[in-house]
Amino acid sequence: MENFTPVSALIGGVLIGAAATFMLWANGRIAGISGILGGILFPAKSETVWRILFIAGLLSASLAYMFFSGASLDISVQTTPVLTAVAGLLVGFGTRMGSGCTSGHGICGIARISKRSFIATVVFIGAGVVSVFLLRHILGLGL
Amino acid sequence: MSILKPTLAKCTVFLSGLLFGLGLIVSGMINPAKVIGFLDVTDNWDPSLLLVMVGALAVTTPAFQFILKREHPLFDIKFYLPSRTDIDGKLVGGAALFGIGWGMAGFCPGPALTAITTLNSSVLIFVAAMIVGMVLHRVVVE
Repeated sequence: MENFTPVSALIGGVLIGAAATFMLWANGRIAGISGILGGILFPAKSETVWRILFIAGLLSASLAYMFFSGASLDISVQTTPVLTAVAGLLVGFGTRMGSGCTSGHGICGIARISKRSFIATVVFIGAGVVSVFLLRHILGLGL
Repeated sequence: MSILKPTLAKCTVFLSGLLFGLGLIVSGMINPAKVIGFLDVTDNWDPSLLLVMVGALAVTTPAFQFILKREHPLFDIKFYLPSRTDIDGKLVGGAALFGIGWGMAGFCPGPALTAITTLNSSVLIFVAAMIVGMVLHRVVVE
């Protein structure tokens, strides 16, 4: 567990929780990223502007971080471009089919004591563990 | 007031996104290798993602109960919440597909979108494919 970073993980988690709380308190919306992106792709009336603003906030966070730290973000992808594309397809399709992702189900849904979100979260973490195990340790793909 | 209120509301949405993105960066979840380190339970396990969820839920769980007792949010007339409560094949199947894809590259939608600004080629490939996947679901299923 030499890569374990408990302090930054907890602080980052609290920031994410505060962001989701602020969103619900001020605007009554769930900060679920796949739902927000999907809502931009297939817009319902008057529901597009806030979604674009939220994503603009996300992008501004990384821009501000890189500007003030003077360094790029550490993004290390340990797989091939083809598998990355397949992963994107599965994540896009799966989050729409399952009505949410890590943020909407894992952070907002569980906080609403939603049984659907609790089950979805257990399933996607479980599937992620199995996926990594098969790819890395059985098929020997990725580092 | 009539102009100020929607403007303030828009500012709070942007700030929520900004704070959310900072949380993803500070927590390290922006980096797929960190996510894979959590999902790979058999090889030098990194439980950081678990603590990110604990930190987030420690805020949202009590705060949501309190907020949802109010009649409406600060800048809107109602709360916009999912209404479904049934567990169906789409929920479980969709979550499983998402989990498989999540484990393949280590990206989920939030960190991937936040990382677009790095112009990292893997991020751009992932986000483009994710959008195609969402459109595909729309075309095939809905």
